[in-house]
Amino acid sequence: MSEPPGAAVSLAEAPPAHHPAKPLTAQRVLPLRRPGRWIGTAVVLVLLAQIVHGLATNPFYQWDRFRYWFLRPTILDGLVITLEVAALSAVLGLLGGVLLALARLSGSPVLRAVSWLYTWLFRSVPLIVVLIFLYNFSALYKTLSLGVPFGPAFVSFDESRLATDMAVAVVGLSLNEAAYASEVVRGGILSVDQGQHEASAALGLPKSYQFTRIVLPQALRSITPNYVNQLIGLIKGTSLVFYVSLLDLFGSVQTMGSTYPGDIVPLLLVATVWYLILTSAVSVVQFYVERYFARGATRTLPPTPLQKARAGLGDLRARLREEAAA
Amino acid sequence: MTTASTLEASPAALEVHDVHKWYGTQRVLDGIDLTVRPGEVTVILGPSGSGKSTLLRVINHLEKPEIGHVSVNGELIGVRRHGRRLKELGERAILAQRSRIGFVFQNFNLFPHLTVLDNVAAAPVATGKLTRPAAQELARELLGRVGLGDKAGAYPRQLSGGQQQRVAIARALALRPGIILFDEPTSALDPELVGEVLAVIKDLATSGTTLVIVTHEIGFAREVADRVVFVDGGRIVEQGPPGQVLDAPRHERTRDFLSKVL
Repeated sequence: MSEPPGAAVSLAEAPPAHHPAKPLTAQRVLPLRRPGRWIGTAVVLVLLAQIVHGLATNPFYQWDRFRYWFLRPTILDGLVITLEVAALSAVLGLLGGVLLALARLSGSPVLRAVSWLYTWLFRSVPLIVVLIFLYNFSALYKTLSLGVPFGPAFVSFDESRLATDMAVAVVGLSLNEAAYASEVVRGGILSVDQGQHEASAALGLPKSYQFTRIVLPQALRSITPNYVNQLIGLIKGTSLVFYVSLLDLFGSVQTMGSTYPGDIVPLLLVATVWYLILTSAVSVVQFYVERYFARGATRTLPPTPLQKARAGLGDLRARLREEAAA
Repeated sequence: MTTASTLEASPAALEVHDVHKWYGTQRVLDGIDLTVRPGEVTVILGPSGSGKSTLLRVINHLEKPEIGHVSVNGELIGVRRHGRRLKELGERAILAQRSRIGFVFQNFNLFPHLTVLDNVAAAPVATGKLTRPAAQELARELLGRVGLGDKAGAYPRQLSGGQQQRVAIARALALRPGIILFDEPTSALDPELVGEVLAVIKDLATSGTTLVIVTHEIGFAREVADRVVFVDGGRIVEQGPPGQVLDAPRHERTRDFLSKVL
């Protein structure tokens, strides 16, 4: 591109005088210059700087109030509720999803139909409708909500309003989550090569061993990214529990916002930053979980960020040394 | 090989009795009868689509025959006698029977998420035959036997096709099966890797293990087989010692097939 036309000729000729020792092939190939890329990068950097400048200096955001609210006990209490609801629903939803997926893949037409019907129902009804439905349901029949077949955690809950609201939120989210998780799990199981089922059967491995040790670990490789997607949706979905009078992160922000209307923007920023932190934490965990399940699937595991940084540093050092030598 | 007197005393290692198998209207197996003596090495030849692989898969009940039955070392496979009829066995019982029949696949089907050692040691532990340390010791011994003692910690995808197939053979051996079935064990391999796998199978053949091998390697069949069975159109066209079937086939179809593959 920008090289003079003579450059091509020098390839065939003797190396230039100031590199007498090194033959042409032993030298690093000069990378191609890409001016378009540099211009694009500059434009994006200017735009980014403008956004950051606006965020930092616009009084509309009231960063001092943000600092005031960020670690307030009310906000942190809400955060704890968000975490509790999300964690319980994630575990129960996944368990339900695995059972539904197994039912869907089973030989029994009844199990298959029931699983399909469940998924159809809970994917069709909006989560907020499920939650408010359950909320009214539990208000009318306090004892009945004990009978919902989801884990031992609810058998022992007391009569207090908080516990009931919590149960309603977790049950509602779990019911919804299980429907989506079942499809994620089913997709993962279907992605495992048929030969793996045949080999397990030919070796006479017990059915439960076939599933837990052979099929599921391989399915988890494709389940993980999809389920994390679900999980992030779930974390944000917990903000709906505010409508069944549970004060989660969003609920606390909303309540504080109506008490201090002038602070609504910084409060919303507090919620945004906390949700960002939660999602980032999940993404970091996802990277390592995926790396774990990639064992054997790839010849070499992808490097961790730390390994990448170390390799990059080593590369840079080698290049600098080479240039210093030249 | 066995003499006539021991033949009558011990049950056949494998008995296939009038097996029919069809998918919809397509007949895949059309009345197969086959008896294999203990320690015998049987090679099944035939054009693709002739039903060879289906026959092997019927033997360890990966496929159910529509008519007929199979027994291995005198034990009916996948069914039991119920008065004058045959009744299907439960899944657990079938799995237990399969653990006594080795099966080696064309595509190896190793478990990619387990190390080579765990691939071999998994089945004896899972089926309750050995403790974990004992199974690992056996696995190391078997890996040594197939020439892969140094690969115990590797994952299958880090190995060549020939090495993977040798691991698969070690995995089948770990259950100490009375009979081993090979479904085209070298068909997925690069030509230069075929030899190493055939050498391992040959070693098994000379050690007196009962083997049934579906293959296209005619030279190998001539070398190790006690008997060659030629299958076409879901039927056994002819069978006999390799010298007879391969060098002086009596049937036109056998001659035709051999002229194409040799």
